[in-house]
Amino acid sequence: MATKAARASRRSQPVGRRHPLATVALLLVGLLGTGGAYALFTSSATAETSASAEALVEEGGKLFAANCATCHGLDLEGTTQAPTLIGVGAAATDFQVGTGRMPLAISGPQAEQKPVQFTEEQIQALAVYVASQGPGPAIPADMYLTGEGYDVSNGAELFRINCAMCHNVAGAGGALTEGKFAPALADVTAKHAYEAMLTGPQNMPVFNDTNLTPEEKADIITYLKYLDETPSVGGFTLGSLGPVSEGLFIWIFGLGAIVAITVWLTAKSN
Amino acid sequence: MADDHGDTAGSTAAGKDVEQHGAPAHSAGTAVVATDEVPNPGFPPHRPRVTDLDPKVDKQQERRVSTMFLLSIVGSVLAVVAYFVFPIEPGNMQSVRNNTLFLGLGITLGLLGIGIGAVHWSKALMQGHDLVEQRHGTRGSEETRAKAVEVFTLGNEDSGFGRRTLLRRSLIGALVVTPLPAIVLFRDLAPADNPVTLLKHTFWEEGMRLTRDPSGTPIKASDLTIGSAFQVIPEGLNDSEHRIEEKAKASVLLVRLKPEDLEVSEGREDWNYDGIVAYSKICTHVGCPVALYEQQTHHLLCPCHQSQFDIKREAAVIFGPAKRPLPQLPITVDSEGYLIAKSDFTEPIGPSFWERKL
Repeated sequence: MATKAARASRRSQPVGRRHPLATVALLLVGLLGTGGAYALFTSSATAETSASAEALVEEGGKLFAANCATCHGLDLEGTTQAPTLIGVGAAATDFQVGTGRMPLAISGPQAEQKPVQFTEEQIQALAVYVASQGPGPAIPADMYLTGEGYDVSNGAELFRINCAMCHNVAGAGGALTEGKFAPALADVTAKHAYEAMLTGPQNMPVFNDTNLTPEEKADIITYLKYLDETPSVGGFTLGSLGPVSEGLFIWIFGLGAIVAITVWLTAKSN
Repeated sequence: MADDHGDTAGSTAAGKDVEQHGAPAHSAGTAVVATDEVPNPGFPPHRPRVTDLDPKVDKQQERRVSTMFLLSIVGSVLAVVAYFVFPIEPGNMQSVRNNTLFLGLGITLGLLGIGIGAVHWSKALMQGHDLVEQRHGTRGSEETRAKAVEVFTLGNEDSGFGRRTLLRRSLIGALVVTPLPAIVLFRDLAPADNPVTLLKHTFWEEGMRLTRDPSGTPIKASDLTIGSAFQVIPEGLNDSEHRIEEKAKASVLLVRLKPEDLEVSEGREDWNYDGIVAYSKICTHVGCPVALYEQQTHHLLCPCHQSQFDIKREAAVIFGPAKRPLPQLPITVDSEGYLIAKSDFTEPIGPSFWERKL
């Protein structure tokens, strides 16, 4: 190409002056050269990555067919027993399988947490496979999951407005209707908390990125971490359940102590 | 036991209040005397305590009581020490907790030591006899009573209260009129206006954008995916003068359902936008914020008294003490795609009240 352009310039222009397109041609040559060289050097690496990704999808597909397809359908289309998984994305898969909620042990008001059934790699494979079948929310980036460097007080306010009505202001969880409940958030990992907000598992509403931006989700995660790490100023929290557990305690132990003291005061001494 | 103690047969001397071992006799007085009255069993036989019998135990109990008092001293000193050993460091919650805990423990020991010691002292060491304390008669002596009457009579004669009718009546008149200003003042504590109009009007206006709580940023219809729940305040609420009061009335929950899931009644066809509906968050029972939204069942649960509303059926009550559905805020979108209110609420928000018609 370069030679062609050079020849053309020699033909039409007096010797010593370059054709106006020569610069463009030279640039093209340079770009093609570096690009080609880069491709040569890296093609093997890319091929490896795509091959491993394909293998992951394949492994995920096998795992899915063996463990999930009975209810969710071989093509993720869903059945009368379970919803379709097309479009739920990697985040939902990682949350449901990673917290042990899926595969479902028994049908009930809601999927309960149980020991995780798969290894990290298997969960990743499943997530990649489900995501490959239809685009959906991805697993969150690590930068939002550190629980550090974000605004804890903003997180607390957002938590009180969006989460506390179900999960309790101290994240202790709470009851919903007909046997459903919002779980306690004490030992939920940052990744699973983020994924839950993003995908709205089961009856939890979806808090997509336009409702709570990734930074705001990170603020909330920071607040949850603060709750986990900060001791209660008031001593025993009694489960942070508020008037129920506190009332029960004071009625049984407080009034019990008063009754005991009264009995002691009026009893005759030996 | 309501004897005038001067007449009490069991009493050995007039004016003696304390009587030992023996039931007082009853005077008939005006009480009905039953013929089959259960006789007063009196006190059980006196049983001496160990401390009465054994001087060694007596000494031991004395030491025990003094130990309690010494413990009290230790507790009080510990409280002072704890205050300095566990200071409150700003920002360190654990230090606050330690400070309160050890200070409290010290003071508790200080107070309980005195209390328990004193009670134990009285129970184990002080005289162990059963005692009856007679009530004092409340009637004054004849002289006192005559004196009192004399004072009143003299006062009446001096002031002429009974004689000068004009003075008496004008005074009574003045006393009756004095509370009037108070009535006028307290009257203003009641709502000045019809509560229906007061509660029906909220911060919402036609064309006002729906914004996120607490940031106040406007919401586009495209921001809501199926299953989304937004906590919503009206645009400009954060800058309003009575932010909290207005928020208590204007708070809204915004959710998106599949349009075919909604059962829309006549007249409300254009109150939702493509399956996006907005309902007042103030419970129609006693006004708690209802925001426990279940995105699969579309039920909304009130945390205070477990009223449940079905968002699919225009927030109809399906369980609990609430009587009316949550008021719906009619919404649509403006030319830029932001959600706006079509109008204010069309009925009073919040709990029922006397003046309200359903």
